[in-house]
Amino acid sequence: MNGIYLDHAATTPIHPEVVATMATFLATDFGNPSSIHSAGRQARHRLDDSRRQIAKTIGANEKELIFTSGGTEADNLAIIGTALQQQTFGKHIITTQIEHAAILDACKYLESIGFEVTYLPVNKDGIVSVDALVDALRPDTILVSVMMINNEVGSIQPIQAIGERLLSHPCCFHTDAVQAYGITDIDVNALQVDLLSITAHKINGPKGIGLLYKREQVKIKQRQFGGSQERLKRPGTENMPGIIGFEKAAVMVYGKENERSSYYHQLKALMISLLDEAAIDFTVNGAVTLTTPLILNISFKGTKVEQLLMNLDLAGVYVSSGSACTAGSIEASHVLTAMFGEKHERTTSAVRFSFGYDIDEAAIKETVRRVTEVVKRLRTLNE
Amino acid sequence: MNENSKTRVVVGMSGGVDSSVTALLLKQQGYEVIGIFMKNWDDTNDEGFCTATEDYDDVVRVCNQLDIPYFAVNFEKQYWDKVFTYFLDEYKLGRTPNPDVMCNKEIKFKAFLDHALSLGADYVATGHYAQTRTVNGEVQLLRGVDDNKDQTYFLNQLSSDVLKKVMFPLGHLPKKEVRQIALDNNLVTATKKDSTGICFIGERDFKTFLSEFLPAQPGRIQTMTGEDKGEHDGLMYYTIGQRQGLGIGGPGGPWFVVGKNLATNVLYVEAGYHNPYLKSDALLATEMNFIQPIDAQTFECTAKFRYRQKDSPVIVEQLENKQIMVRFVNEERAITPGQAVVLYQGDVCLGGGTIDQVFKDNQTLNYLG
Repeated sequence: MNGIYLDHAATTPIHPEVVATMATFLATDFGNPSSIHSAGRQARHRLDDSRRQIAKTIGANEKELIFTSGGTEADNLAIIGTALQQQTFGKHIITTQIEHAAILDACKYLESIGFEVTYLPVNKDGIVSVDALVDALRPDTILVSVMMINNEVGSIQPIQAIGERLLSHPCCFHTDAVQAYGITDIDVNALQVDLLSITAHKINGPKGIGLLYKREQVKIKQRQFGGSQERLKRPGTENMPGIIGFEKAAVMVYGKENERSSYYHQLKALMISLLDEAAIDFTVNGAVTLTTPLILNISFKGTKVEQLLMNLDLAGVYVSSGSACTAGSIEASHVLTAMFGEKHERTTSAVRFSFGYDIDEAAIKETVRRVTEVVKRLRTLNE
Repeated sequence: MNENSKTRVVVGMSGGVDSSVTALLLKQQGYEVIGIFMKNWDDTNDEGFCTATEDYDDVVRVCNQLDIPYFAVNFEKQYWDKVFTYFLDEYKLGRTPNPDVMCNKEIKFKAFLDHALSLGADYVATGHYAQTRTVNGEVQLLRGVDDNKDQTYFLNQLSSDVLKKVMFPLGHLPKKEVRQIALDNNLVTATKKDSTGICFIGERDFKTFLSEFLPAQPGRIQTMTGEDKGEHDGLMYYTIGQRQGLGIGGPGGPWFVVGKNLATNVLYVEAGYHNPYLKSDALLATEMNFIQPIDAQTFECTAKFRYRQKDSPVIVEQLENKQIMVRFVNEERAITPGQAVVLYQGDVCLGGGTIDQVFKDNQTLNYLG
């Protein structure tokens, strides 16, 4: 039985054209962009080209990109780097309860060294209130971080509206755009953000490469030491094959966001209507119109998420729940808990399906067939 | 492809050598094997270290070596409700519980079995040193061949219906050979130290652990004739027949625990390993589970009163309410309320119950007053 991969919000298969570009680069170029000889200059040339191309995809200027090892590092650098730099102006940070652990754990660390963090709640659709955020602002607020699209339920946050309201406050504004990149048009100026994180492996690029956009006049402290790369903000010899692959993947999705988005809309709508036809009791978490088409988060009443995920795996449907804890066992999703409260049935029976360009309607039909079979069997067992 | 390839077996894997070899043997026999780690207890410390995380990591590495899928399930809540609560309740009553028996009954061969069946498993397998045999459609529980490792004592609460769904692939092997198989196959857990003691306590001090959950009430130590022998730390810390940790000096010893009185909070001690107060000739057990029903109301068999003890000949009388009276052919020493009494006929484990009262010459011993 062929496995169906529907976990593209976790990571995506690398695109063959990205592989080809990286393979050619790996076989021919090896120079260090910092070297002052021909091989170095050649690498530097490629680096500058990539930087320019990627900057264009988010409406930034190329001097504003800091390449990192991925989304987590970009988020950490944004949160901790800003806090340490701005602490003379205040020690208050505002974020939401539904952020990725890369943000939440960085905030917890900051709390442990004397910062104060406000974690804003979300409504039943998983969306933060702009007014509540503005109300939480204080004179000593130095940073606001709100994700653009939630990674578990896909809820779209009002980033532009927040950006506009924050214009009258001196704090920095960061957004984790990891799940939005490639699906939504991103323009850092339209969004009025100072800092923005993205990563390559969610858009069929390689793992191990991401970036933090940092508006030129915004100051942050470096977290790593040992060289002048990335304008001192992230020293270390550049991950050139990763950057080349990132560029290729970025260029391939750039300008196609709407096309990609509407394709996933089709898949998502199809999946919901087929599940409706199958008449298995289910609830979609997050309103369809207010979530990314890439993610479909569903609670299957009367099932337990651990049981569901293992059975789906054995049936060849590869999906995930919100968060996996270290021993592999699953804890209730902090996102669904923020939406529905502690111990709500929806938090213990929810599965995330996330689509990719290589998924077609036939795969969705087969998925629904397998899901229906598993859910029906488990319900009978659990009765 | 052989016939076994259509049979799905879920192996309970702890990250130890026994369950690793269990999975290996089943895989070699051609079964469709799935490894599952049970997380029953959280001991995460201040630095974020949790033994379960380390053990699961070993499960992951072994399963990858064997090329079988693996998962982890969380039974912390069930374990707390069914095993740990029982464990504390028994200590509150001054008894010495056996959480492993309860864990097998409620977790490994109930919650875990149910979970495995929900994954479409035909069988679950564990690394217990025990065997099964089907006779006239009924499954019997047999001792493992390694006398020193036989674990049927802990499996006494299983039913024949449960055993129908269970495989013990190590039952016919000596422990030494199991380790050798692990070494021969380069399993990453081949040289891992066996776990000892009660799983949730681990290497920690038992007294400290218990005092985190139950308030200790110090009281007096007395001989049976009322002579004061000092102070005890709390009745729950002592078990019948215990010598260590009494702190009684002076002449006349060594001293042994021979009884407890919960009402007066007195711990009774007497001198000498073979003190008559430690000797008994019968016990009453509750929660008796017969793996297969036995028709005779009274029958002869052998019994174990604690793990790794030699069998003793006994005469069993079946009473009402899952109770049995067990009369010993020879006097026994330090039979402990709360522990299991497990019955055998030859190599067949008949089942077991919980020791509730202990008698000598038809008099109840004040092991628990």
